Amino acid sequence: MSETPQIGEDEIRQRTRKLLEEVHPEKVDSITFRRAQYEHGLALVHFPVGYGGLGVSPKFNQVVADEIAKNSKVTYPDPPISVIGIGMGAPTLVTYGSEELKKELLPRVFSGEDIWCQMFSEPGAGSDVAGLSTTAVRDGDEWVVNGQKVWTTLAHVSKWGMLVARTNPDVPKHDGLSYFLLDMETPGVEVRPLYQITGEAEFNEVFFNDVRIPHDRMFGEEGQGWRVAITTLMNERVAIGGGGSTRKGGGPIQTLLKLWQDRAQDQRSAAGEAIARDRVVQRYIETELLRVTAIRARAAMKSGNPGPEGSVAKLAGAEIYKRLWETCIDVLGNDGLSFEAGYTLRQGFGGTDTPEALAKYQFLRSRANSIEGGTSEIMRNILGERVLGLPGEPRVDKNVPWKDVPRS
Amino acid sequence: MAIDFFSFTDEHDELRATIRQFVADKSSEQAVREQMATETGWDRAVWAQMAEEMGLAGLIIPEEFGGAGVGYVELLVVMEEMGRALLCSPFLGTAVLATNAVLGCATEAAQKDLLVDIAAGRTIATLAHVEAGGRWDVGGIQMRATGQGADWQLDGSKRCVIDGHTADVILVAARTDAGVELFRVEADAAGLERTSIPTLDLTRKLATLEFTQTPAVKISDGDQSDSLEIALARTVAALAAEQVGGAQKCLDMSVEYAKSRLQFGRPIGSFQAIKHKCADMLVEVEFAKSAAYQACFEIADGTADIRPSCAIAKSYCSETYFHVAAENIQIHGGMGFTWEHPAHLYFKRAKASELLFGDPVCHREALAGHIGA
Repeated sequence: MSETPQIGEDEIRQRTRKLLEEVHPEKVDSITFRRAQYEHGLALVHFPVGYGGLGVSPKFNQVVADEIAKNSKVTYPDPPISVIGIGMGAPTLVTYGSEELKKELLPRVFSGEDIWCQMFSEPGAGSDVAGLSTTAVRDGDEWVVNGQKVWTTLAHVSKWGMLVARTNPDVPKHDGLSYFLLDMETPGVEVRPLYQITGEAEFNEVFFNDVRIPHDRMFGEEGQGWRVAITTLMNERVAIGGGGSTRKGGGPIQTLLKLWQDRAQDQRSAAGEAIARDRVVQRYIETELLRVTAIRARAAMKSGNPGPEGSVAKLAGAEIYKRLWETCIDVLGNDGLSFEAGYTLRQGFGGTDTPEALAKYQFLRSRANSIEGGTSEIMRNILGERVLGLPGEPRVDKNVPWKDVPRS
Repeated sequence: MAIDFFSFTDEHDELRATIRQFVADKSSEQAVREQMATETGWDRAVWAQMAEEMGLAGLIIPEEFGGAGVGYVELLVVMEEMGRALLCSPFLGTAVLATNAVLGCATEAAQKDLLVDIAAGRTIATLAHVEAGGRWDVGGIQMRATGQGADWQLDGSKRCVIDGHTADVILVAARTDAGVELFRVEADAAGLERTSIPTLDLTRKLATLEFTQTPAVKISDGDQSDSLEIALARTVAALAAEQVGGAQKCLDMSVEYAKSRLQFGRPIGSFQAIKHKCADMLVEVEFAKSAAYQACFEIADGTADIRPSCAIAKSYCSETYFHVAAENIQIHGGMGFTWEHPAHLYFKRAKASELLFGDPVCHREALAGHIGA
């Protein structure tokens, strides 16, 4: 199983071509190809040998993708529906899962056969996710789970769920958590769509009623759940991160400029139009600087001196895009009063074929930008404490058994 | 050759360290306060050292004219450090504004004539182009020059001239039949009256200049409207870098104070009311850096129309510097409101540099034209 440590770009290209000789995407379906890609160690090259990788730098994943694209008209990139499984589940599984689970599930998550979801947040544990209340009680070789999760993307189609539950309420909150991999088809698991501001359900609520999980589906040891969860969350930033346009004047600002240019602002006086124009231009400046800040972050990474630009972008981007879509609606004027897509409650999301429809949809959807993946308030704490080095708030829940901490 | 945007070399880092050390020695708060109180507003000995020993006066002047001939990335580094320390100096007026105007608008002979002396530190120069109307763009220039050949006369007044009362040479933008042209007026010219105005920002002095049949030498050849617009855009990019330096310093002061000032038994920086203010200031400062760096790297790169990025830089960096300087006073509480604390020096520099060369609204109006808004 051991590999020479010197696998470079050429070697990776060669191996990719060998894979393509054996199994070609133009001739097989996605699952078959991606399974073969896994077997060749070209799935996630930074994973260990034998687990879909070659133990090399993650930058070589791009080399594999490029080589496939060069030699095949059909490519099978990560299916969007597998972003949680591949981006967050797989790294956690490979780090903390049992040998049997890794061998059984890693190829299936990479191939797209199994969809995964993440069950951390609860109605009573949002920003303070370590304060969660779902319990898991040991019963022989099993754990019995009761409680509720929320904001669970893809739960309704998932085979596996990453679950953090409280296994000891008598110790401080971080110390009493354990991490499980839950088969979502287990009796007692109930998934309900959670309809949001747009009428759509991107997320679900998940209820657990005496749900039994075999002990060997625990990741890490009992009480280590927070540490395992951090692994998942660190990979969340990488999996979800990025975003924004890399082209000057591209992305969402293009929609605003188009709406502005297409509409005579006849309802306004010349002075009113000038004021509205200034708001449009301010949105242009903000999005342009968000773009440049992302480029600066990449330049700083390249030189090995990562600065605060990356953390800054999450907070700034959320607020900038909310303002941008608000301005779009204002530019639409009375047309902003209608919502043609309607609020029919339904699962999934989308329905954005024109700039007008996109603006109306995003005006609503973007409210979540400053809540999901760390609220803007939490981001300000992170910037204040980790980047600027300001002292933390005094913690009333520190060194206190979880069961004694007040909660709503 | 395209340049590598936002990558600072070891030489840039060394330059920054050198300037930071220099301003630490020569532009302490005490030194700034001493210069503020003078009529001149800056220290001739310090300027001589900057020009003669450090080659700063001719930083962006080509080597053939005796300058260092380096690019705008170096200038941005230098401006940031000077802004951080509120250095009182004719650098902006001479080495940036006048130099850009001459490089952009003057004939080659006139360039050589003046730039050699500027680079050597023998001549302090400035540009006078703002008039009673208050506009900072080329369109605001109304003054008529009369004459022919090299011999011209100027009549009228120019406002808000940076170092206008101390400069040895005044470059005046005025109209001829050809359009806007550049004239050279000596400080001791007949019919030139220079009045230093009491400024909001004591660290950068301004003057009103009255011209009465004042003899001037025309140093341009034909309409310079477009090249003067570019020279002003290049100037505001450098000023934006200075604003970034000042803003970063205000943020640093605030964070430092928030860590050490105890109230209710704990550092005030542990309260989210203060912590979140600091986090927002950090975001603004980082965005301001993006704005100023983008403009300066574009100038260094030399391939794009620099005007949109310069407008963005001036608009955004101005608002950031002022906001951060204002929050710095707030975070320092009563102490921040006193004369003895330096917070007001930055607050005043911030507002003055926001208004110099056009306020954010003016630059956003110009940007609207560039982006079709």
